[in-house]
Amino acid sequence: MMEEKMASTDLVAPPTGASVRTSSGIVDTSSIMGWGVDADPRNDPTYSYRDRSADDHSGEWKRPEQQPVQVEVLQSVEHKQLPAVFGTSSPPRYVSGMMRRAAFRWSESNWAHWMLLMGADRVNMVEGLVEDLARGKIPNIPKEIGLPAEWRHNKAGLARKIGVAALIGGGVFALLKLRSPSNKDKSDG
Amino acid sequence: MRAMEFRGPYRVRVDVKPMPEILHPRDAIVRVTRSCICGSDLHLYHGMVPDTRVGQTFGHEFTGIVEQVGPDVQNLKAGDHVLVPFNIACGQCHFCKQGLFGNCHESNPSATAVGGIFGYSHTAGGYDGGQAEYVRVPYADVGPTIIPDWMDPDDAVLLTDVVPTGYQAAEMGGIQRGDTVVVFGAGPVGIMAARCAWLFGAGRVIVIDHIDYRLEFVKSFAPAEVYNFKELDDVVVFMKKTTDGLGADVAIDAVGAEATGSMLQTILGKRLKMEAGSAIALHWAINSVKKGGIVSIVGVYGPTGNMVPIGNVVNKGLTLRANQASVKRLLPRLFDHLKAGHINPKAMITHKVPLDDIADAYHLFSDKLDNCIKPVLVPSAA
Repeated sequence: MMEEKMASTDLVAPPTGASVRTSSGIVDTSSIMGWGVDADPRNDPTYSYRDRSADDHSGEWKRPEQQPVQVEVLQSVEHKQLPAVFGTSSPPRYVSGMMRRAAFRWSESNWAHWMLLMGADRVNMVEGLVEDLARGKIPNIPKEIGLPAEWRHNKAGLARKIGVAALIGGGVFALLKLRSPSNKDKSDG
Repeated sequence: MRAMEFRGPYRVRVDVKPMPEILHPRDAIVRVTRSCICGSDLHLYHGMVPDTRVGQTFGHEFTGIVEQVGPDVQNLKAGDHVLVPFNIACGQCHFCKQGLFGNCHESNPSATAVGGIFGYSHTAGGYDGGQAEYVRVPYADVGPTIIPDWMDPDDAVLLTDVVPTGYQAAEMGGIQRGDTVVVFGAGPVGIMAARCAWLFGAGRVIVIDHIDYRLEFVKSFAPAEVYNFKELDDVVVFMKKTTDGLGADVAIDAVGAEATGSMLQTILGKRLKMEAGSAIALHWAINSVKKGGIVSIVGVYGPTGNMVPIGNVVNKGLTLRANQASVKRLLPRLFDHLKAGHINPKAMITHKVPLDDIADAYHLFSDKLDNCIKPVLVPSAA
């Protein structure tokens, strides 16, 4: 069936290996028999959010002026160059900063990149606490987690959470007590 | 100045930070008048977005008064009241030239897959955001748009993200007159997507969620048929039954990484972080749409990967369309709709909270307390 259909058209397959290549190895489209004969501008699934008429198929454009680099900026290895502007919030520091620098050795396509960054985020959370304490600031964690709002709007939920935390805490405490050396001695004796 | 600071998952506070400075000739400094907490901020708040650093200020939906402009900003002056699209876009790169302002290639060093976004982790450029008294706005000659006199500032702040994202969700659905559209998620973006589906000629709009007060709201606001998936045996079977066994013409995923509805996805995606969040809403969207149908995705997912039935996309001949909203492209049309009374975004605002109470606002929004739909922060300097 397919053979019949193919035979009924005017298309001629390009002879294998007969295409002409530019010096950079890209195939010269003018050497392809039938090149573009089925191109249909209406076949555009990106309508209406992308104006493809403005696509010059070039990776070159008039670049904005470069923002001076005054903080350490970690750059994706997939970027050809540093983008013209960037944020300067929270440059990489401490152990989490070392982990982030390591992560940026891998591309965005590599899970190691993202897993290291997620790990760094968790380490950074502890570093934030230590930093607060080192500055003599005791973080008001109940306020930071929105406990006042929970108290105002969800007293039952808050009681449930406290109950669950107490149960888990009590369980862990009991387990530790059971495994403590003094208890072990008693049971051995 | 006072600004929100991320301290770790579920922990935020307001602290004193240095005033932002002009770092590039096309920068502006804006004094924030209103700033929202977005549903996608909750992904940061819950620790789901990689490279979210302690000390960063979130906030990508804000309006403000221009305080200072860099030497290359000619279209704005001090004193202008502007709404600032969440995308940071240069207006001249390969992608901006094509109207893809959400995909700018000159604003995010950390990743190529997403352009710069205010206050949205270093994966989106490492910018401090608008949940603060002041904010640095790069490429101020491209994104910020002067708020017309006739526009309510509460509407204006919602035009920075939630309205254009909802509108683009419907637009990407390629909705034809009479089409049945199912929207997964009755958060602010899902609510707007449902409302905007009518503007494109939908014949039926169905919204699915599990939060009853939000379903009640969208039922009258959109208006839409609403269903709580916890009361359905199987969402997909229900969608087939209600569409003569075919499925919807268009399905919109307006939930993203924090979807509820599958224990497996919750454990793998939300608890163990083995996936880029839970993708059950997208799973349902793919399976609920008819063969040859269109799935429009505006729900935000992390950068790794998700478990979705891609085989069904192939077998059903589906078209998947997705993007961050291109706010600047859509603003003129949305101004028209607002002026004509076709949309009423400010009706979604349920809470106005002083910036200093930001931790409470995040907790309210995250835990869906006090019937919260959309919280707006107002700095004391506003």
